[in-house]
Amino acid sequence: MKKTLTFKQPSILPGFGLSMGITLFYLGLLILLPLSMVFINTSTMGWNEFWQVVTEPRVVASYKLSFGAAFAAAIINAIFGLIVAWVLVRYQFPGKRIIDGLVDLPFALPTAVAGIALTTLYTTNGWVGQYLDIFGIRVAFTPLGVMLALTFIGLPFVVRMVQPVLQGLEKEVEEASASLGANRYHTFTKVIAPVLLPALLTGFALAFARALGEYGSVVFISGNMPMQTEITPLLIMTKLEQFDYAGATAIAAVMLVVSFIMLLLINILQWWTNHRRQVS
Amino acid sequence: MGKNHSIIKGLKGLGLTSLVVAGLVGCGSSEESSGTEGAASTSSKSGEGKIELLNVSYDPTRELYSDFNKKFSEYWEEETGDKVTIQQSHGGSGSQARSVVDGLDADVVTLALAYDIDMLHETRDLIPADWQERLEYNSTPYTSTIVFLVRKDNPLEIEDWDDLVEEDVSVITPNPKTSGGARWNYLAAWGYALEEYGSEEAAEEFVSKLYKNVPVLDSGARGATTTFVERGIGDVFLSWENEAFLALNELGEDEFEIVFPSVSILAEPPVTVVDHVVDKKGTREVAEAYLDFLYTVEGQKLAAEHYYRPRNEEILADHSDTFPELNLFTIDEVFGGWSSAQEKHFSDGGVFDQIYQP
Repeated sequence: MKKTLTFKQPSILPGFGLSMGITLFYLGLLILLPLSMVFINTSTMGWNEFWQVVTEPRVVASYKLSFGAAFAAAIINAIFGLIVAWVLVRYQFPGKRIIDGLVDLPFALPTAVAGIALTTLYTTNGWVGQYLDIFGIRVAFTPLGVMLALTFIGLPFVVRMVQPVLQGLEKEVEEASASLGANRYHTFTKVIAPVLLPALLTGFALAFARALGEYGSVVFISGNMPMQTEITPLLIMTKLEQFDYAGATAIAAVMLVVSFIMLLLINILQWWTNHRRQVS
Repeated sequence: MGKNHSIIKGLKGLGLTSLVVAGLVGCGSSEESSGTEGAASTSSKSGEGKIELLNVSYDPTRELYSDFNKKFSEYWEEETGDKVTIQQSHGGSGSQARSVVDGLDADVVTLALAYDIDMLHETRDLIPADWQERLEYNSTPYTSTIVFLVRKDNPLEIEDWDDLVEEDVSVITPNPKTSGGARWNYLAAWGYALEEYGSEEAAEEFVSKLYKNVPVLDSGARGATTTFVERGIGDVFLSWENEAFLALNELGEDEFEIVFPSVSILAEPPVTVVDHVVDKKGTREVAEAYLDFLYTVEGQKLAAEHYYRPRNEEILADHSDTFPELNLFTIDEVFGGWSSAQEKHFSDGGVFDQIYQP
């Protein structure tokens, strides 16, 4: 089949040129321009200086925490978000709508409020924290607390990505699978999971990306101890507090590049799972 | 910083600063920018008998200035017949200074430390270098100091700085890298150790021992107050004197008490008009009168009522039951001013960072 590269798809509806123009302008103004400032601001420092700033042990420790906790939180959200979505789609029970609405609350809540609420709950004399303390589990002011806050703010992403896909899955497909002799396990792994996987990956990527940039809720529960519980956004704030714009944006640039690469990888993975499904 | 500053300037010409800020904020936080509450509507007009001033201040002065602004408006209307409304903006001292650097039209700034105001000169030349000599007492109309807040009946019998480095004492203080107020705490401890043990090495050892006892470094002073007061973490809370009194008033004297150490630092939160802004808006006269009013008997009384130590000796003496006489040293005496203190202790790789080196 001959492929031609063209912007203008023949369509009975007019307006492609205008809407494309608006789209490019809008994204440029809102996303590319501010992001390019990160690199322009960084470029005022030399390469050596840049390298020194972004590889300082304290900064490196914060990358580990930020990326590690965000990744762990996204995994937890992927697993439990899937279960929540499954329950919300597959079963009827009283109060379902309320639970469905609850899922969105982390979206609406100012993150600082979430941070304070979680800290109050999980500190050593908090409602939950005092019992965990008996077993020697500390949540507030440890990396575990950071993970908890990031899990909290990331929950809606997976649920809201997976839910419509599950809803679109017709019962007949499963019945067909069963009547062809597959057991429940096979029906799930061979029929349902491949359809869900791309949505699940998108939800994971969104939750991960959201968690990386999170500041408000984390600074309250992390305790901000250097080398231990300092997240990267806090270090950026620290630099700004010293009026070190270049240093702050240098670290921001590193975060930006790394998260871009990670999101790209997840997108490739998503494309690959989609592709494989269509081929098979 | 120089090149950086010209870029910022250039952008401002294009009206893009807000975008840059949005970009930066988007990377880290959406919380800090809330500090500039009510600042959007501060276009000011003089000459029509209606004047607006914007006072950009830091967190704990909110109550002081809402009282003070009322008093000043009355006074100004009596004197000149002009009505003046004063907008207040509060937040962390450093981020407030940054807002002004980035273009927030503040007529006057009243911040927690001179270093933050110095930056208005260094990054954008909004004020002259010698701004601190323009008003009496280093442009600091009121002062405070660093005291200890302990739990009721002082169970660990904390009396002085030495008790803070004992092994099982837990101390709450915010992070000096993110909180201006916390820098006073740090310097107070350092100054004490320097006087007591006589050498820089001993002071460094003392301070690093003290910070080993800090279980949580909150990013700001109010956060640290919450940690100590609400969460019940820590045995001692290093606090500004005025904040300690506020905590005592609001949370009840049956839970906490204030311990005054033998030696502490004279915390001087300075004030200045922002020349660049007042000249552009034509508000210099009223802005200067506003700051001068802080030094009048009425202004000094208000400061004292809000637990800031007034400069006026008589009024200070009137409140002697609130403010016990303490042995206070200034940052200029011990550290040679803010710039060198900042450079040595709080800049990247400075003494504070070394305390936490692995």
